[in-house]
This record gives sequence, structure tokens and C-alpha cells, in this order.
Amino acid sequence: MDLVQWFVAPLTHAFMVKAVLVSMLVGVVCSVLSCYMTLKGWALMGDAVSHAVMPGVVIAYILKIPFAIGAFVFGVGSVLAIGFIKAQTRIKEDTAIGIVFTGFFALGLVLVSKTPSSVDLTHILFGNVLGISNQDILQTIIISAITLITIALCRKDLLLFCFDPTHARSIGLNTTALYYTLLSLLSLTAVAGLQTVGIILVVAMLVTPGATAYLLTDRFDHMLGIAIGSGVISSVLGTYMSYHLDGATGGCIVVLQTFLFILAMIFAPKHGLIAKARLQRQQQPS
Amino acid sequence: MSIQVENVSVAYHGKVALHGATLQLQPGSISGLVGMNGSGKSTLFKAIMGFVKPQTGRVLIHGLPSRSVQKRSLVAYVPQAEEVDWGFPVSVQDVVMMGRYGYMNWLRIPRSLDQRIVQESLERVQMSEFRDRQIGELSGGQRKRAFLARALAQQATVLLLDEPFTGVDIKTEKTMINLLLELKAQGHTILISTHDLASITTFCDQVVLINRTILAYGDTSEVFTEENLSRTFGGSISDLSLNKSQLARSPWEDL
Repeated sequence: MDLVQWFVAPLTHAFMVKAVLVSMLVGVVCSVLSCYMTLKGWALMGDAVSHAVMPGVVIAYILKIPFAIGAFVFGVGSVLAIGFIKAQTRIKEDTAIGIVFTGFFALGLVLVSKTPSSVDLTHILFGNVLGISNQDILQTIIISAITLITIALCRKDLLLFCFDPTHARSIGLNTTALYYTLLSLLSLTAVAGLQTVGIILVVAMLVTPGATAYLLTDRFDHMLGIAIGSGVISSVLGTYMSYHLDGATGGCIVVLQTFLFILAMIFAPKHGLIAKARLQRQQQPS
Repeated sequence: MSIQVENVSVAYHGKVALHGATLQLQPGSISGLVGMNGSGKSTLFKAIMGFVKPQTGRVLIHGLPSRSVQKRSLVAYVPQAEEVDWGFPVSVQDVVMMGRYGYMNWLRIPRSLDQRIVQESLERVQMSEFRDRQIGELSGGQRKRAFLARALAQQATVLLLDEPFTGVDIKTEKTMINLLLELKAQGHTILISTHDLASITTFCDQVVLINRTILAYGDTSEVFTEENLSRTFGGSISDLSLNKSQLARSPWEDL
């Protein structure tokens, strides 16, 4: 099959047009946030929040409210719970994260198993972008708009918060507000990512594009651009791959993302493995 | 009085880090802060920056409480090298510009004034030629100077420096000391935590000795005595010089 056909033919199906557009949008939003997650070292936090939104999604389905709202409440709630355990007990943060996110996730599983068949567990766990409803598309668009506008406005403050919270605080920036802003964006974006790759893999969307870009540049503006590029390419190509292979969409997207990361890790001009090895060889004159 | 610490006690989770600390520093002074690991140096810095709420007492900077001090960017903190993520994708110029954020509107779009002050600050620490370097590509001394430039751009009147001379070259140390003396002449208040007891007598006019409380502070010639130092380090000075490596910096606790 020729390449143009490979891309164009699936678009005769309305569901495929929707899926490609949604993947593209989710790719952009998650990739932008992934830059901040990578630099702040919040990968584990991203994993926790994305799992913890599960009961919120289920309860929202039951109450017939937009599931972004339920997810948001539980996402932020999980982080408050982690903070509470860390501050009030002798338990360390990574242990608290482990306890809270599995606890929330388990609650979600119980809720799914006890609700009528309207909630499809596999769609929550693994995403369902090929069967996405118009209502869910609308939600994704709203979430994306909120996230992108917030980041566009607070971009420099958020970056300073990631880089040097001490300085941020000493010049009067409200670091608590910045912390919760970043956290709220994380919860919202986790919901967007959940649509395409599902709860289990959403952390990849929130970490991998940023990590790939971090290996390729030393400038934050470029990092954002590269992350968006790699995130969108893998999301869109992954969606096509899953159509042609009739395979799991989330799996295809994340495999591609990981593949791009490996390429960057090996071939990055300055921080890649080959460049590092060459540099070492130059430093050891024979 | 530009730094006024009145009977400040700070406890974390019931453990007392600083007890009844009192300290007054004048404008136009350089003070060396001397104490062991865990003696409360970083707690004192945090209290001066207004990051911890004291159980007793209060801290005033130019007579103002901490919130007003922060809003006016009055206190600049120059971090230890270990506190900074040197792989972060920002350039020297980006870092120095961060000193200006408190003066900008909330979108943090630099005005020409901000640009000019950043360039001037870079020139004062002789870092102009490195302005576009990513911060990880600098030598130890250049890194320190970049962060000092940020403090200059911030136009703070109180400067807190945490172990500024650790791992820096002679050139940087000279540049920095000259600059600190200049700032002192302009009326800045400078507080430097350091383990380099020898250098204190050369450029600090005052010394602050700390061990869970402020033991003594004042003119170097009066305070920097064997007896005071032995109270600070809980042993004799001869032990001190032998065990200098044990006086390594205490890590800045998470903020």
C-alpha cells in the first residue's frame, strides 16, 4: 500500500478523523506539560495522579457530570492526601505516594465493578480514542484550552518555580499557588491523556516527550517545540498504526514515543550516548 | 537597622532549630556567619527571608515584615552550588533576568530597563561574554558569579550568600570580594555563611557566631576570639583546625 493511501484511506471513516484530531490535540497538551514534569522531577507524581483520578471518572459517569470534574477532584485530592501523610506521620513521600495512588485506583476498580455496564473498564484503563464520543471531544477541547492558556500566561513563573522555588518565594511569587496550579494542570491533562492511551499509560504522555526534548536541547523554548513535535508525531502515527494493525491505540502511541526517546538517547548531538562516547575519546589522547 | 532578628525561636516537628536568636545588622556591613552543621545557619537564613514562621519573636528587614520585604524584592539569596539543577535548560542571561521578575508585570515581559539592568549586572561580575551559555557549561566560579549577578539585578539591599567561596577559582573570589566591598560601600547589608575562618578576618567587618542561637555578634576584632569560637564549635580551636573537613556545609533543607 502506498504511503499516501496509508494516511488518507482511514480518513474516509468519521471516527478516524475524530481520533486523529483528538490525538493531535492531546499530544500537544500532554507534551507541553511533560516539559515541566521532567524538569520538576514529578514523573512519580504524574503516575500517582493519573491513577488516582480513576474513582473520580467512575463517580462522574454515575452522576452524569463531565468526568473531567470528577477526575480533577480526585487528582488534587490524592496529592493533598500524600502531602497530609508526609507532613503528619513519619512515612516518607515515596511510600505515601505508593499507598495513596493504589488506594484510590483500587477504589475506582471496586466502583466500576459495582456500577451498571455504562462504564467500560477497558476504555478507562486503555483509552478508546477510536470510539470517542462528541461529548468527550468537547471536554478534551475545553481541558486543552484551559491548560494551554494557563501555561501561556504563567509560563515564566512556572519555569522559575521548577528551577528555583527559593528565589521565586524570596521575590514575592506565591509558590504555593504555583504548586497547585501545576498540580491542577497535571490532573486535567491526565484526563485528556486518558482519552487516548488510558490511565495506565498516561504517565508516558506526561513524561516521555519532555524527556526526549531535554536530551536534544539546552533551551527551554526549543524543548517545548521538540516535545510537542515528538508528542504529536507519536500520537498521530500511533493512532494510524493501531488502525492498520488493529492493535491497542495507547500501546502503539507509547511504543512510538519510547522509540523516539531511544533515538534521542543514542543520537542526540550533545547529550546522546554517541556524542558522550566521542567526547570521552577526545579527552583521552591515545 | 537593616536586619533585625528579635528573640526568634524556630522548631520543626517539635525539634528546636533556633532558640531565642537576636541579631541586629547595620546597612553598609559585611558579616560572616559561622557555625557547625545543624547549628541553625540555614534556619536563620530562612527566617530572614520570611520562609519560616517563628514560634516566638519576629524578623524585620528595614523595619518591614517579611511579606512586604518579599513584595519589594529586598532580600536576595545566593544559593550553594549543590542546590541548583545545573542541567536546567536556562542560559546565564535567563537566570539573571529572574532577578527582575518581582519588578515586572505578571506576564514577566522584560522592559528595556530590565534588559539594561541585566546587562549591567552581568558586566559587574564580568560575565557578559557568557550570557548565552547554558548554566551547566560554566566553571564553578562562573556559576557563582552568574547567581551573584542575579542578586545584583534584583537590586536587593540585603544579600544572603551561602558558602559562596566553595569550589571557586582565585579570580572569582577576588572579583566577588571586591564587588561585595563595593556593595557595602553603597550601603548594602551582606551576610555570608562560610567555613573559611581565615578569610573572614580579611573582608568581613562583623562576625555572627551561631550554635542553635546567636552566641555573639559584632566587630570581628572583638567577637572572633578563641573562647567564642570554642563555644561555637563546642571544642578547642586546635581540634577545629584538625577537623576542618568535618565542618563541611549543612545541606539546605527542602524549602
